[in-house]
Parts: sequence; C-alpha cells; structure tokens
Amino acid sequence: MSNATLNRLTPYVFLAPAVVIMGLALLYPLGYMVFGSFRAWDPSQTLGESTFVGLKNYVTLWNDPNFRESAAVTLKFAFTVVVVEMFIGVGLALLLDRKLRGMSVLRTLFILPMMIAPVVVGLVWRYMYHPTLGVFNKGLKTVGLDSVDWLGQHALLSVIIADIWQWTPFIFILALAALQSLPRSALEAARIDGATGWQQIIHIKLPLMMPVLIVTGLLRLIDAFKVLEVILVMTEGGPGLSTEILALRISRTATEFRELGVAAAMSNYLLILLLMLTIVMLVYNRWVEYRATRAMRIAEENL
Amino acid sequence: MPNIKLDKLTKSYGNVEVLHAIDLEMQDAEFTVLVGPSGCGKSTTLRMIAGLESVTDGEIYIDDKPVKHLEPKERDLAMVFQDYALYPHMNVAKNMSFALRLEKRPKKEIEQKINDVAEILGLTDYLYRKPAELSGGQRQRVAMGRALTRDSSTFLFDEPLSNLDAKLRTQMRAELALMRQRVRKNMIYVTHDQIEAMTLADRIVVMHGGHIQQQGTPEELFKRPANKFVAGFLGTPPMNFLSAMIEQNGEATMLVGDGFRLRCDQPTVDRLAHAKSSNIVIGIRPCDLEFDPNASDANAFDIDVVLSEYIGAQSVLIGKCSEQEFMVELKSDTPIALGERLRFSVQFSDMHFFNVDNDLALA
Repeated sequence: MSNATLNRLTPYVFLAPAVVIMGLALLYPLGYMVFGSFRAWDPSQTLGESTFVGLKNYVTLWNDPNFRESAAVTLKFAFTVVVVEMFIGVGLALLLDRKLRGMSVLRTLFILPMMIAPVVVGLVWRYMYHPTLGVFNKGLKTVGLDSVDWLGQHALLSVIIADIWQWTPFIFILALAALQSLPRSALEAARIDGATGWQQIIHIKLPLMMPVLIVTGLLRLIDAFKVLEVILVMTEGGPGLSTEILALRISRTATEFRELGVAAAMSNYLLILLLMLTIVMLVYNRWVEYRATRAMRIAEENL
Repeated sequence: MPNIKLDKLTKSYGNVEVLHAIDLEMQDAEFTVLVGPSGCGKSTTLRMIAGLESVTDGEIYIDDKPVKHLEPKERDLAMVFQDYALYPHMNVAKNMSFALRLEKRPKKEIEQKINDVAEILGLTDYLYRKPAELSGGQRQRVAMGRALTRDSSTFLFDEPLSNLDAKLRTQMRAELALMRQRVRKNMIYVTHDQIEAMTLADRIVVMHGGHIQQQGTPEELFKRPANKFVAGFLGTPPMNFLSAMIEQNGEATMLVGDGFRLRCDQPTVDRLAHAKSSNIVIGIRPCDLEFDPNASDANAFDIDVVLSEYIGAQSVLIGKCSEQEFMVELKSDTPIALGERLRFSVQFSDMHFFNVDNDLALA
C-alpha cells in the first residue's frame, strides 16, 4: 500500500473504534426495535420466535382511540409546558440580567429544580398535591377556600405545573447566557436612540436572542415528548387516561399488556415525531449558518 | 446649538477615582476632541455626557440645564461607537431609522431622511443590506448615518475610526472633516490618535490620568504646550527632552547639559527667569532642528547618528546627544551617514522649557 493511501486511511482508522461503539450502542437497539415493531411479540418469546405481522401493529395503533388519546395528551402536555416555560424562563432572564448583590447565589438557586432527580420531583409534588395533607390544599383551607382535587379532576394541569417548575430553569439559564452575550454597545446605541426598557426588549434583545431561543425551545420540546418519571410517580397516567403520555403508555403496553411489538411500533411513532423536530432544528441551524456565510461573502465582495 | 458644560465632573469605580473633577465648557457648534492615552478618562467622560455611565459627583449642563439624572434619550444627542454598535438583525435603512421609528415619525418623512443621509454617505445602494453584509468602512458609515438621521444637536464619537485599517482610517478622517463642514453641530470626539485630534478639532482637550492637561486650538497646543505631557503627546515624531542647567557665565546666561552649551538670547533669559530652580528640561521638536555643520556653539547640538528611518521625502534620524536619545526630522536628501556626529542648530524661539519638579512649561 502506498504512503498516500495510508495517509488517507489514517483518520478513518482512528475513527473506527467510535464508529463500532456507536453501531453497537445506538444502531443495534434501534434496529432491534424497528424489527420488533413488525412482529407479534410476547415477552416470553425471543425475537426470533415471534411471528411477522407486517404493518399490523402500526395500523392497529393508528385506529386505537386510546393511543390517539395518549398522543393528544402528550402533544397538549408538551406544547403547553414549552410555551409556558419559554415565557417564564425568558422573562426571568430579562429580569435578572443585571448586576445585583448576591446575583450568582440567586442564579444557582434558580437552577436547583433541574438538578433534582425526576422521581424525587414527582414524589415531592405528589405530596404537595395530596387532597388533605398537601401543602396546597392546606393553604387554600387556611385562607378559607375550597380544596382542589389536584391530581384527580385537574391532573393534567397539575403535572404541567410540576414540569414547568422543574424545567423553566433550563430555559432561564440558556436565555440568560444568550442575553449576556448580546453586544453591549448595540444596547447602548438603542438607549441613545431613545428606546425604553420594553422597546429594547422587543426590538433588540428578543430578536437577537431568537436563534438561541428557537433551538432551546426545540430541545425542550423533544425532551417534553419523552417525559416519564415525574408523571409516573405523580399520577401513573390517571385518572383514566387523562395524564397517560406516550412514554407511559409504551411502558405499560410492554409490561402490563405484554405486547412488545405494539410497544415498539408506538416507540417508532414517537421516534418519527422527534426525528422531525430534530430535523427542523438542524435545518434551522444550517439556515442560520448559511445566512452568516452568505453575509460574509457579500461583505468581502464589497471590499 | 446648546452649549455643554462639565462642572467638577467626577467618576469613581468603588474606591478608585478615575476622573478628578473635570471642568470643561464646549462652545456652540464646536468640534471638541478629547485626546489622551488609554485609561486617561476620555471615554468615561464621553459616556457620562451620553448618559451611559453614572456621574459620581459634579454636574453636566446642557444649555444650563443639569442633565445628570436624565436618560440618554432625554439629552438630545447622537453617538457613534467604536465598534459601530449596529443592530445586527436590521438592514441599513432600519438601523438608520430606528430612533425615528421609535418616535413614530411619519413614514414619508423617515424615508426622505434616510434617502438624504444615504446620499451624503454613499450608502444608497446598500440600504437593504444587513450589517454583516457590509465592509468595515461601510459599517462605519452606517453608524455615522444613524447619528445623522436624527436631528440631535450634539454628536458624540467614541474612537470611531480605531477599528479601521490605516488607509481606510485616513479616508474616513477626510470624510469626517468634510461632513463637519456640512453639519454645523456640537461634536465631541474621543480618540487616542493625536493626528485625528489635530486634523479634526476646533479645540483639543488633552487628558491624562483623569485630569485635563490642557485645552485649546490644535495650533495653540502644538506651539505652546502647557506641560511636558502635552508637549510629548502631540506631534510625531515626539518632542525631544534634554536635561539642562542654567549657569551664569559673567554677563551671559548659559544652558548647559550633556553634549551642549547654549548661550541664551535676551527673550530666552526673560523666559528662564520663571524657572523654579536652575535645573530645567529643554523640549525641542524634531522638525525644528536644522542641519548646519558651521553653527556656533551658542545654539547648536551635536548628535551621534544611530539610526535613520526613511519615510519618503522626510527621514527621521534617531541619534544621541551625549547619552540622551534625540530625534531629528530632516529632508531625505541630506547627506548623512550612520555613526557620524552631526551638528544641528535650533532657534531659541522654537525651544520649550519645563520645570523639573512639576513638568509645567515656562511661559
């Protein structure tokens, strides 16, 4: 082999271990799942013993009102939490983007919820929502109001609140980082141009933060579609199907209903949805990069 | 145009006072340049006038109205920043019209204004470009245009040319001077570049260490620097400084130092009468020396040539007068050789004298 060929191959040789591990750790389980989704598969069987059923699992799911209900709950949950979290997170970042005494401590406190294990978050909120012992209903009682059936009648709202509590900090720190990397002089120029605080936010800060906010929102959305532990601990999907998000339904289909094939098909539906979101994010990033390079090219042509 | 007055303007960061009770008055439609080395407080002063930096003590008056507590927008000024500070997400037209749009001026008027200013600055073809799509010089023009579209009475410039390369800087400096002739407004300009200061200013304010060293027209400052700092700061190549002693030799007053022994004429004797001690510093600009092998000792310096920097028509000779470094500017065709000892004569009227202890110039 010539030296040149060797040189050309060297990078791939170095990459090979990573590729092998990627293949084993990522592609194998994924392929296993996709393969399984086309079969009637009971947990007592090996994958080889199961029978091939084609697209039956997908079709059944598509027509299953329970699955549709679950998908609807998931969509409602994900979009609601992300929209609310974006508003609160970005709002907090705008408020706290200043030099105050003890600011760094405050910022650390703000991101604490994100650091707590989701199971613990679920437990804590479950007890706070408890119909008689929970702090919310106790509080309502002390001020003379009727108690609220948090995890019953308003179960979805309750889990949404818990998720917002846990994940707003994520948006907050990213938004704050984006804010602090904005060009200071542009903001000063805006002040001289006569922009009030609100006008600076609307005309300068938010538009300049937008690229970061869009990616943050998409990341958060992808995450929200996969939420499991907090809801599992708080409501187990009930009452009825009111909080049975997809991840929970997948887990129940596999364990309670013992239909691995259907569970795999359901996972694939979710995967397709998330893949689309990811592609949107990648395309958006590409587009931003493309615009930047195009601008640079035009600027250079001007010289 | 309003006149702007700084009254004992002081700025501290924590316990560190960086600006020490500055008093300054800017006349109607005057181009004032604040110049000084980095950290001299010139930018801080400008930013305090703009309202971007809080005032620790003292007051700023615009038309006799104290404005210390007013927001920048209430001070009726426009500013051009060092890094242009354009809004990256807005095109050139939107950048320039931002202030007008905030004021909700009629669309027609805004459009008219933008077209006028774009015409002046040669930006007409670029109105719908984003800042990232412009070259440095064009961005600089947009920044200027953004200030011009507003009818502010005062323009503030914070080192507007320092991010440009040398050639473009010279060109933009000329354009600024042209614009200056067209737009009769108050302009306050901060720079560390003394050439910008000399060429643009009606009045130069030299700052150093948070104090104003001297203010006046470029000519006044160049010809009659108030102290050694100003003398050394303005002019390239910089002024030469030589230590000397005043000695009486019978009737004659002599200035004696390493490598020279000058015999003072009567006006110089009068000037030296103000000296606080017999030790003084002589300042001589490199351009004031004349190559003259036959000069008498009375007003001549002998220089050992160390290095000659060829600039074109002129050369700068770096040499030594005994042990003290000395620079001379002379015509490039002057026949000199390295290592030679040359004799230069200086008119006494071109010499500057400074006290040793406080660096102040002798009148």
